Amino acid sequence: MLESIWFVLWGVLWIIYFVLDGFDLGLGALMPALAKNDQEKRIIYNSMGPFWDGNEVWLITAGGVTFAAFPGTYAVMFSSLYSALMLLLFALILRGVSFELRGKVDSPAWKSIWDICLFVGSFAPALLLGVAFANIFAGIPIDKDGVYHGTLFTLLNPYGLAGGLLFLVMFCVHGALWLVIKSGGDIGQDLNQRAQAMAAKLWYAELVLAVVFLIATWFATDLYNNYLAMPLMFVVPLLAVASLLGIRFMMAKGAWVKAWVSSAVFIASAALFGVLGLYPRLLPSSLDPAASMTISNSASSPLTLKIMLGVALVMVPVVIIYQAWVYKHFSHKIHAEDLAYEEAY
Amino acid sequence: MDVLMLSRLQFAAATFFHFLFVPLTLGLSILVAIMETKYVRSGDEEYKRMAKFWGKLFLINFAVGVVTGITLEFQFGTNWSRYSAYVGDIFGSLLAVEATVAFFLESTFLAVWVFGWKRLSPKAHAACIWLVAIASNVSAYWILAANSFMQNPVGYVIRNGRAELDDFLAIITQKWAVLEFLHTVSGAYVLAAFFVMGISAWHLLRNNETRFFKNSFRYAAVMALIFSVFLAINGDFSGKEVAEKQPAKLAAMESHWDTVKGAPMYLLAWPDPENERNSIEAIPVPGALSFLAFGTFDAEVKGLKDFPKEDRPPVLLSFISFRVMVGLGTLFIFLAAWAWLKRKDPQASPLLMRLLPWIIPLPYLANEMGWTLAEVGRQPWIVYGLMRTADAVSPIAVSQVGTTLVAFILVYGLLGLAAFFLLFKYARKGPEPLRVASAAPAGKEVAHA
Ligand code: HDD
Ligand code: HEM
Ligand code: HEM
Repeated sequence: MLESIWFVLWGVLWIIYFVLDGFDLGLGALMPALAKNDQEKRIIYNSMGPFWDGNEVWLITAGGVTFAAFPGTYAVMFSSLYSALMLLLFALILRGVSFELRGKVDSPAWKSIWDICLFVGSFAPALLLGVAFANIFAGIPIDKDGVYHGTLFTLLNPYGLAGGLLFLVMFCVHGALWLVIKSGGDIGQDLNQRAQAMAAKLWYAELVLAVVFLIATWFATDLYNNYLAMPLMFVVPLLAVASLLGIRFMMAKGAWVKAWVSSAVFIASAALFGVLGLYPRLLPSSLDPAASMTISNSASSPLTLKIMLGVALVMVPVVIIYQAWVYKHFSHKIHAEDLAYEEAY
Repeated sequence: MDVLMLSRLQFAAATFFHFLFVPLTLGLSILVAIMETKYVRSGDEEYKRMAKFWGKLFLINFAVGVVTGITLEFQFGTNWSRYSAYVGDIFGSLLAVEATVAFFLESTFLAVWVFGWKRLSPKAHAACIWLVAIASNVSAYWILAANSFMQNPVGYVIRNGRAELDDFLAIITQKWAVLEFLHTVSGAYVLAAFFVMGISAWHLLRNNETRFFKNSFRYAAVMALIFSVFLAINGDFSGKEVAEKQPAKLAAMESHWDTVKGAPMYLLAWPDPENERNSIEAIPVPGALSFLAFGTFDAEVKGLKDFPKEDRPPVLLSFISFRVMVGLGTLFIFLAAWAWLKRKDPQASPLLMRLLPWIIPLPYLANEMGWTLAEVGRQPWIVYGLMRTADAVSPIAVSQVGTTLVAFILVYGLLGLAAFFLLFKYARKGPEPLRVASAAPAGKEVAHA
């Protein structure tokens, strides 16, 4: 029971991470396509400014909770995905510092270095997270001792790549919608228009990829078994489809905040679809089902799970409350005076 | 080289690099918070400028501290998977608590602090930097409690082929954790204080912004004196704890080969591990080692020869790191006392002003040496007495770790250059001129409100 609760919490933490960091990763990946000049770039940087770091802590927490609640899985998953994970980390390093360092030297060359870091550091994680999770859904070649029999390229199979592209596009739509909300005050009207057009265009790609991924999942994984066993669970993929259509509908109405919320619901339900299909496994083995990491063979002791549950049930809501407060206070459109602000990025 | 050696080098490189930035975050956040509080209380714009100037240096440093911490969190899984599976029940939970109770606060409210100068009331704004300072120091407690479990495992049982949690409270309140926390954060405060004093001295020598830098200097001098004295006292307690719980580390850091009663300490010594002796041993202080380790002059101190060779930590590195740390610690006490005496009018002492900028790197060195002692001296154990480092490493390919080690060195090297270049640049530039800082934004403040 405790293990199952933790499985759900584990999934929820990853989902919150995807929903929150998703928009700033997507926006970073879109920056070269959207921003034509330094002012527009600065609007993009500052539209994520107060949020990105707090968003990234959800990744640290998701990782930390994997470690705390399912140390066996943490050990096998992270050592198996070694190269992919290291690429992800290096990308996040370069991205994380680019916010702070970019504006600190008044030279176009210096700035373009960090613009590249922001782009690569956003593009690569979005793609890699998708590749990693698709491979987790499909299972990876691990043996009974948790040793991985493959390379980085094993992960770049068609299903993994489809997952990667889906994540990338999902995050880009999410990011473009965010930019529409945050830009177009007294400056950046062009940027706002471009972001609207981008979101509208990418939505079709998102739709195609989502359909492809749902079908490929039938063939490449056994995620649907849980759904067939308990058809009620099909509400989750249905919710995904509905929210995906909702994005389009809200965009057409010009209701950008609602479109962003739909996009958030889509990301959450798409990820939840995968997580529920995995249960009770956290990392299936493609070599031997018995070698899969599951909630029963990799969980922490009941005492640890209980203590951590107490911590999570108190702290996670508190964090959500104060982060919601930050979103409320800093979600205004960016104006010229915001860029003139001494501390702005 | 094998996966073990490469992973050790990689972990060492990553932690050392992380800890180049951590101490300044821990100490400077508090100084900035104090300065801003003073501004809120007195309304004196000078203190707001101080918070902004030192805050800018803080932010550059913080950015690198954050990104280098993230890799550490994941390296336990990538490189030390056997370790993670074996002690994750305990160790993982400490890390997860750290993230949920501290990192969220730290990152979220730092952003509010940066973007909120005009959107928040001065009081609420000052509260944000206090939250950051407190959260950083709380995060240090959790990570150090985790590290203390590796130094001195308590509160666990061996069950199901792994170490499982038995007594959470025992782990987070054990003496080792408290001592390690106090010692590490004090080391951080000393570093931050010398950082502020060094930069202030550089400007005072050039008669730049004298009021501004005298005020900064005064705060830092007080902090430096309190904590450099505290460090030495607290370090002595740590030494006694090491003597009791990790006798092999004690013998290695003192390069003490033969078990004797009333062990002396040699002020001048140099280990010769090949021949299990010291090639230089001069100026003995009778009974000093026994006293430092156990509090009595005739206590028996176990020598390295009484430990099997495979249980001895690297002697030379442990020895050097300890001597350098203690030597520097002594120097800091004198320098801090001198600075404190001159705190009202530091410019009256040009020699001190010329010296202090050069001192800035030394607390960095002392902090890194302290960690070298703690971690290298713990070898060959990853969890003292419970698990050997050699049994902890992940079953991954040499090529994987080799590649990432090179990548770490390259990326961190460049990142370090960029960060220190910027710190240097903005430290030299000094605060924004008073007119621009108070008049223009004040006008905008009105416009905004
Ligand atoms: C004594 C203090 C201390 C020590 C020994 C460590 N750290 Fe650290 N860490 C901090 C003190 C700190 C901090 C003061 O809280 C940081 C440093 C700079 C900063 O920005 O926050 C931080 C940042 C930081 C972050 C980013 C947090 C964020 O996004 O806000 C992570 C994930 C870690 N650390 C993880 C680790 C791990 C896994 C360590 C062990 C190997 C470690 N740290 C050693
Ligand atoms: C930030 C300051 C720290 C520094 C500078 C530091 C330094 C080092 C060094 C030099 C090593 C390699 C020792 C060797 O193999 O000879 C090492 C190993 C290690 N340290 Fe630390 N460390 C720090 C903090 C921590 C903390 C807080 C933890 C745990 C919470 C930790 C966990 C480990 C682990 C798991 C290893 C790898 C296994 C080993 O070689 O023993 N370290 N560290
Ligand atoms: C002045 C006399 C000092 C003494 C007697 C002393 C003593 C010690 C001892 C015995 C340890 C090892 C504890 C362990 O193995 O876990 C240690 C570690 C350490 N020292 Fe010192 N120290 C002194 C000064 C300093 C100074 C000046 C700094 C930095 C500014 C510093 C920073 C550290 C750090 C960061 C560690 C590793 C964390 C820890 O284990 O507590 N020390 N010190």
